[in-house]
Amino acid sequence: MTNSRPWIPYLLILPSVAFLALLFVVPLVQTIWLAVSDNGAPSLANAERMVTDINFTRSVKNTFLLTIAVVPVQIAIALAMGTMVAKVGRGRETILWIWTIPLGISDLAAGLVWLSILQNTGYLNSLLFGLGIISRQASWLSYQTPVALFIAIAVAEIWRGTAIVMVIIVAGLNQVPKEFKEAAEIFGAGPWTRFWRITLPLIRPALQSALILRTVLAFEVFAVVYALGGRNFPVLVGEAYNWQNQNQNYSVAAAYAVLIMIISLAATLIYLKALKVDPERLP
Amino acid sequence: MKHIMSFGILASTVLAFASPVLAQTVFVSTQLRPIEEATVVREELLKDVGPVDYVVEEPPQFAVRMEAERQAGKHTVSLVGALHGELSPLADKDTLEPLDDLAKKLAASGMPQSLLDLGKLGKSTQQYIPWMQATYVMAAKKEALQYLPAGADVNALNYDQLIEWGKNMQEATGQPQIGFPAGPKGLMARYFQGYFYPSFTGGVVRTFQSADAVAGWEKLKALWAYVTPNSTSYDFMQEPLAAGEVMVAWDHIARLKNAISAAPDDYVVFPAPAGPKGRGYMPVVAGLAIPKGAPDKAGAEKIIEHLSTPDTQLLTASKVGFFPTLKVKLPPDLDAGVALLAGAVTATQASKDAVISLLPVGLGDKGGEFNKVYMDSFQRIVLQNEPVADVLKTQGATMAKLMADTKAACWAPDAKSDGPCPVE
Repeated sequence: MTNSRPWIPYLLILPSVAFLALLFVVPLVQTIWLAVSDNGAPSLANAERMVTDINFTRSVKNTFLLTIAVVPVQIAIALAMGTMVAKVGRGRETILWIWTIPLGISDLAAGLVWLSILQNTGYLNSLLFGLGIISRQASWLSYQTPVALFIAIAVAEIWRGTAIVMVIIVAGLNQVPKEFKEAAEIFGAGPWTRFWRITLPLIRPALQSALILRTVLAFEVFAVVYALGGRNFPVLVGEAYNWQNQNQNYSVAAAYAVLIMIISLAATLIYLKALKVDPERLP
Repeated sequence: MKHIMSFGILASTVLAFASPVLAQTVFVSTQLRPIEEATVVREELLKDVGPVDYVVEEPPQFAVRMEAERQAGKHTVSLVGALHGELSPLADKDTLEPLDDLAKKLAASGMPQSLLDLGKLGKSTQQYIPWMQATYVMAAKKEALQYLPAGADVNALNYDQLIEWGKNMQEATGQPQIGFPAGPKGLMARYFQGYFYPSFTGGVVRTFQSADAVAGWEKLKALWAYVTPNSTSYDFMQEPLAAGEVMVAWDHIARLKNAISAAPDDYVVFPAPAGPKGRGYMPVVAGLAIPKGAPDKAGAEKIIEHLSTPDTQLLTASKVGFFPTLKVKLPPDLDAGVALLAGAVTATQASKDAVISLLPVGLGDKGGEFNKVYMDSFQRIVLQNEPVADVLKTQGATMAKLMADTKAACWAPDAKSDGPCPVE
């Protein structure tokens, strides 16, 4: 069938290509043009405005720090969770189901959940006060407590974003053939050796997807930070939002959007190079 | 079968003809957005004027929507309700219907001419009709009054007394007790434009980097030592007041109203403090305007007239805490919280050293960047402790460029200018 009519596959993907072109490529080109033009002429004024803004350096630093702190922890926790659940027989589905609950909660809602715990009149302060550990409300989220604020945001992000990594890694673990492990056991390999030499290399495609997805999402972190930190913890997407929404300067907002895209693309390329997956293992 | 078909055709024909009759006047507003307030508008304020579709819109989206309708030439909005500063970019693009006949009628029924003149937005014709007004005040828990410095009158505070009050409260309670709405959606920028700068420098733009301004910022830094650090997350001060996080707060009356109306006996409401140049204060005026090309101009005019009757204006005051634009006496049975707020507004207006500061005019869609100049200065000077004069110099340059770009002339309390308002 495909031999006689080779155009059929192209015809089938045409609607999605058209859809992508219309709703992704066109706005993308418009955004890029908005970022690198000023009054209709090419210009770097917006980029300059962005780079010289007082929050620019801080937002870049915060975004990268958060990514560096959050992604490895998420991958480690997800690997541990995935390995643990692999040993469980009955009730596996229930455990997985409970672990993925944060996945069903929107970013902003997750931020608000953590805000209700960590704000001055929140659950954490009430608990500490009830136990007699503190004598008055402590602030964890103010500009005077940057470390506590950073930890709070990182914890909230880890809580919210680990489930998706775990789902991908559990799917990857399910594909590791049992025979390999059994053979290794026969040759006397311990659990660590089996994990490092067999499991980890075999789930590399899953790990790659999870890393790309999580890193890109970490660079785009916004709602949780906005709920917990507000103005106190500027991040890149938050600055884009401020320029678009509060300052009403769409061009500088577009410059931020383009910067975020470049960083995300660079991170993806690095992962694709660093975690090379054999072509025959690609889906 | 035939019967059913002909009935169907008949029904659809009737519907097709009936729909223009049922069409509602679309009223888009950036004010009275919270669901309780919007419900009051729909169910009480607009009850008797026929079918009105009251739609609320956040200010940035409002600007986008109006611009989109103008560019497309397809108008759905017949009436807009927005702040003076939000209507001014629409007037600059010449997209509002002149409303001189309505203005004449309302002047005759007791709307002050000074207020009506604001609605001209610097043009020769009436651009909007003043709808309701508000301002910013300070509120304090009554238990805070015991810490007032000796000899201080809460209705005539100055900055030194406020600082001492804050110090006393902090020493007594162990925590800073003053709060400002410096969060992402807070109106802190208005504090700088309407209160801080006029009080310390007697201007807003011209005096931005003057020696008076430097002295003012130093004073604010001293005050900030007694301001809770959570202020940079506060959007509306009614919540921290009600939750007991702060005892004293400055904010827009509509953003204090819930706390005060819920427990009017627990609060005192009073004017913002005075600085060396007087007691800066910013009246906020919301107006009603009809966009050019409105599908139902007559309906919109009817709604404006209805909202400008004394009865509706008093109802608005008691239900949502915005005060009348007509000269009317507030009734004695007014909501106790609103009465407290009204008292503070009167005290501010009546204070001998009041310096009126108007909302920025002529900045078009650069209003946000204008606010940012003040908020960035605040962040650098007060939160990051950078040298005051250096910060004011760089931010002043940004401000001067903004003024040059928009060609905005000076507004009160700055002295009038020919051409863009200069930063001296």
